Parts: sequence; structure tokens; C-alpha cells
Amino acid sequence: MPKADVTLDTLGLFCPIPIINTSKKIRELTVGEVLEVLSSDEGIKKDMPAWCETTGHEFVGVEDDTINYQPAYRAFVRKRKS
Amino acid sequence: MFNERCSLIDVGAIMTTAVAPSKTLAALQETKPEKVTIVLLSGELDRAMAAFIIATGAAAMGMRVTIFFTFWGLNAIRRTGAGSSARDWLRRMFGLLNKGGAERLPLSRFHFGGLGTSMIHTVMKQNRMPGVPELLRTAQDLGVQLIACTTTMGLMGISKETLIDGVDQLAGVSTYLAEARQGNVNLFI
Repeated sequence: MPKADVTLDTLGLFCPIPIINTSKKIRELTVGEVLEVLSSDEGIKKDMPAWCETTGHEFVGVEDDTINYQPAYRAFVRKRKS
Repeated sequence: MFNERCSLIDVGAIMTTAVAPSKTLAALQETKPEKVTIVLLSGELDRAMAAFIIATGAAAMGMRVTIFFTFWGLNAIRRTGAGSSARDWLRRMFGLLNKGGAERLPLSRFHFGGLGTSMIHTVMKQNRMPGVPELLRTAQDLGVQLIACTTTMGLMGISKETLIDGVDQLAGVSTYLAEARQGNVNLFI
């Protein structure tokens, strides 16, 4: 996975908040930068690619992880348009 | 107008549209944004949550979203504790009995005179899950259009002063249809 320029923590938050916060956060990045979204919602594995497809940003990938002993996911998005 | 920017191409048996390369995605979205319309007829916590989760999710995906509130759905955009200013006593009574307010919606099942609903509120709070008031605020932040149906407002003794601030329009069925016919996703909840 690429190195993230900005990390957004949505741990413990439920759908649709991770996606809403992602759509707000991505505005702060410049085109080409990578946003990493931390989520404990497994739905993010499907939702983030779907969000990217609809909004035109690039879905880089998602990693399974464990944060604070809880299963967590790191989703990476590259900003493609301003 | 459609033909200017799109052309039909034949991929095997499936007909699909290709966007002319001269048009960028942003420009296309500007001219023909994807649109979601939701009719919220129900005034229950669970159904209102479903409507607002879909609305906020769609708005976050860059879609234009309109929610039409009619009948019991209007309770989600009524001020908490507001009475009715209807002139005739029948409708005034109705407006008083039918309590509104986004935080006061009951569950569609297991309400148990408020016990079940307050248990759900506790669970949601413990899990930092946004409730209807928070989702409503988020929807407004994201530019979701809120439209209240005037006919049912009149029928149920709900005056516009008793609705929350930020209701974009008071309108009827033609406004809904004009929006819905351009919609890619139309839901009735």
C-alpha cells in the first residue's frame, strides 16, 4: 500500500459516517495525494470501492488490521479530481 | 442533447453508453448529476433512519438527494413539542396528539410504550451511532433537499411555523414527480 498523506480515523463509527467523513476529508487533499481511512466497519471493504467508482477517485486498496485489539480496516483512496 | 455527449456502442449483446472524451466526468456530473428521491411516509425511528442513512450516503457519493416528507414522515421535520395552529379544533387536536420531533420517533416494532425505543436509544448512544436528529443535521450539511408536502400538512394540522428551520420547500405531488422523473433512485419508505 502507498504511504498515506492524510489519515482519517472513523473507528467505532457506523455506516454512513465513514463515507460521509471521507467525502468531506478528501476535499482537503490535493489531486494525487492518498487518504487512508481507518474503520472498524467491515462494510467499508465494499463501500469504499463503490464510493470511489461513483465519485471518480481511485480506490487503491484495503488492508485488514487490528487496532486496540479490535478488527479494523485501512482503506486507501487516491484523490483523482478536485 | 443526449447525443451530443454520449454515443451508443455495442459490446456483444449489451448496449452501453460511452462518454465522449471531450467531456470530463465533472462536466458530465454538472450537467446530468445522479439523483435520488426518497418519499418518507413513515414516522418511525427505524424507517426514518433508513431514509436518512440512504440520503446522507448518496449525498456523500456526490448524488443530488431530495426527501419528500408526507403524512407521518413529517414528524421527523417537526419541532419537538410544537403544537398545532390549525383553526378548527379537530385538526388542532390531531396536531397535538400526533407528537412530532426527530428525537421522539417511536420504533415500528417493540416500542412497548416507549420502553423498547428508549432501550434502542441507549444502545445507539453506547455505540456512538447517530440517531435521527444527527442524521437529519448531517443531511442538511450535505445539501440534501428537504421538501414538506403541503396537502398532508393541512390534513394533519401541521403549520409551517412548527417545522424545523431549513426545510427547503413546501410543495405538492407535481414537484415530487418533476424531481422523481429525473431520479436514478426513487424510494418510498
